[in-house]
Amino acid sequence: MTTATLQAAPQPRPLTKPTYLADGKTIRSWLLTTDHKRIAILYMISITLFFFIGGAAATMMRLELLTPQGDLVTSETYNKLFTIHGVVMVWFFLIPSIPTVLGNFLVPLMIGARDVAFPKLNLASWYLFMAGGAFAVFSIITGGVDTGWTFYTPYSSTYANGHVIAMATGIFIAGFGSIATGLNFIVTIHKMRAPGLTWFRLPMFIWTIYTTSLILVLATPVLAITLTLMALERAFGVGIFNPAMGGDPLLFQHLFWFYSHPAVYIMILPGMGVVSELIPCFARKQMFGYRFVAYATVAIGVFGFLVWGHHMFVSSQSIYAGMIFSILSFAVSVPSAIKVFNWTATLYKGSIRFQTPMLYALGFVGLFTIGGLTGLFLACLAVDVHVHDTYFVIAHFHYIMVGGMVMGYLGGLHFWWPKITGRLYPERLAKLSAVTIFLGFNLTFFPQFILGYLGMPRRYPVYAPEFQVLNVFSTAGASILAVGYVLPLAYLLWSLRWGRVAGPNPWQATGLEWTTSSPPPTDNFEKTPIVTEGPYAYDAQAAEAELEAGHA
Amino acid sequence: MPDVLAVPIEHQFDDATQQREAATMGMWLFIATEILLFGGMFLGYTAYRHAYPSAFAEASRHTLIAFGGTNTAVLLISSTVMAFAVRAASQNRRKLLGLLLFVTASLGVLFLVIKGLEYAHEINEHLLPGRAFHIDAADPQHAELFFYIYWLMTGVHALHVTIGVVLITFFAFRAWFRDAFRNHDTPIELLGLYWHFVDIVWVFLFPLIYMIDRHS
Ligand SMILES: [Cu+2]
Repeated sequence: MTTATLQAAPQPRPLTKPTYLADGKTIRSWLLTTDHKRIAILYMISITLFFFIGGAAATMMRLELLTPQGDLVTSETYNKLFTIHGVVMVWFFLIPSIPTVLGNFLVPLMIGARDVAFPKLNLASWYLFMAGGAFAVFSIITGGVDTGWTFYTPYSSTYANGHVIAMATGIFIAGFGSIATGLNFIVTIHKMRAPGLTWFRLPMFIWTIYTTSLILVLATPVLAITLTLMALERAFGVGIFNPAMGGDPLLFQHLFWFYSHPAVYIMILPGMGVVSELIPCFARKQMFGYRFVAYATVAIGVFGFLVWGHHMFVSSQSIYAGMIFSILSFAVSVPSAIKVFNWTATLYKGSIRFQTPMLYALGFVGLFTIGGLTGLFLACLAVDVHVHDTYFVIAHFHYIMVGGMVMGYLGGLHFWWPKITGRLYPERLAKLSAVTIFLGFNLTFFPQFILGYLGMPRRYPVYAPEFQVLNVFSTAGASILAVGYVLPLAYLLWSLRWGRVAGPNPWQATGLEWTTSSPPPTDNFEKTPIVTEGPYAYDAQAAEAELEAGHA
Repeated sequence: MPDVLAVPIEHQFDDATQQREAATMGMWLFIATEILLFGGMFLGYTAYRHAYPSAFAEASRHTLIAFGGTNTAVLLISSTVMAFAVRAASQNRRKLLGLLLFVTASLGVLFLVIKGLEYAHEINEHLLPGRAFHIDAADPQHAELFFYIYWLMTGVHALHVTIGVVLITFFAFRAWFRDAFRNHDTPIELLGLYWHFVDIVWVFLFPLIYMIDRHS
């Protein structure tokens, strides 16, 4: 097939082609586009919107938690706030974030293809995502849901008030969007690589998107059927999960976490992929142990399917099951640690540049490590009994999800912004906001480790007065974090018009996406590229010499 | 090879081989997602069968094995016919292809009719879970659980059969009247994959629902 590519490619084409942004200016040309790059933009706008909806709910919660009394909102409203925050952030921001925005934009570019394998399906994914989002927003506006993002039965299926079915329908529909996206990426990566681009010449970002897609395809259908059963139980009294009708609520939890633990890796693997691109580029070095990182990526995907029971240690699941799940959860930390070691080793003797994407990447490594290590506390049966359902858990997974994935997303967004828009963002302001986010994040979530350790339970608007000081810290941190998130929104929009023109490769990065113009033409490449070497062909010594000579 | 060039190639693909391989792989992945979708229900069935073996055995004796057995035969025959249809497509015999697809679709309809009669019988016997549910069993609550799962799994399966019948009929018309698949049999091959998958799900459902512990 690859030799056929060589023969088929040189069709006569006009020399100067419009960029994908200039190829059609009407709303219609955007809403009916099948260009993966435009679909990426559609996703970017949509998930930014959802990010601020989820963020608004978090803001309300942090304000409520300033004081020990429940004085800003009622307990019921508080329940709805953390449900909105969880559902929107998980399904409408984190899971789609890097795969659908950066993945859609970059996968065909990085593998030297003209588009994904199924462009129409790709557009359909976005419409499914938006339809799902519409259901979720409808459910929020008309009164919300107070079950938490986990929809535990029989509460969700029998007793909860609110629009549980609408919310579940939204997640169900958006889930099929995820499945279609994952399927599309897997086929694209298998079948559309440029000649010479073997598996072990692929950028690590492609490996992580590939593994993420496998998880999306294999785990999401289980969530779909689980939420369907829950909704059927609520609508028609089908008692699969209701103990009053002979069902077993634990079955729901098993099925839910069979999806939702792997979903954690859907939310972190692409961030790891971004960081694996950034660190070699800004350390001007080959990635240390490329094959190990690739294998570790796949290993995380595989192990990720076998550890769901660590969410159920105190659920009355068998203690022997708990022990197995505990051991396997420790095991899954090994490939994650391999990645951290390899990033660190890549930095060693590199020619490091602290530009904005690199700041995010380094932030990611540090915060992910803290999140990962505290995850081991929670994987430990005896410790988990104490800190289960406390703020310790909240702090742990926010270090992974926000400290990891959001930092990865922002780092990647800054790194590829010149490619996506053809413009550079203002570097100083960007550095300032990266540091603001890092500080604000730690001030928000580090106190929560202590709060959890001291025993403050999650999901309550009221708490014991001795916890107030740490909660005030946390809320103060959240305000700083909010500033850090609004800044990039402002200056990235500003740069669209007034940013410096970037040129094809402002970072002197390797990778096929940097060999085409910025922004790329609709067909991505003038002619199908041919790959002759592995990724990350950087030379740290040459880079240092260049620095000393005062060129760079 | 002018025959191969006759296939329209979408702009993202280089040639017909790549296009065909991509489509085929996409279909297999779709089937994988379907397996996982049914997998959740199979897990539920297995967990409860394991927890309440006698209630499930007793409940399963109320199912109509003659209907289920006939339906198994109907689907297996339809799958065989579908295999011949795929072969006819690859040989560019469009009238034969159209005919075989019509036969496959008709067998699908026959399956749905038999399933419908069975459902009607069960509703009359008060075996549809809900207020009217009634069963003479030692553990009626868990026998009802069996029927929840029975209705759910056969219902989702029947939905897949219905979608299959609609698609096959549509493709049959296109083959017969438009000669749509000349030198381009990939869609028929993938349709065949889907239909075999639907068939195989039933092959698993049949023993689980009708046969286990029926005569113990
Ligand atoms: Cu987990």
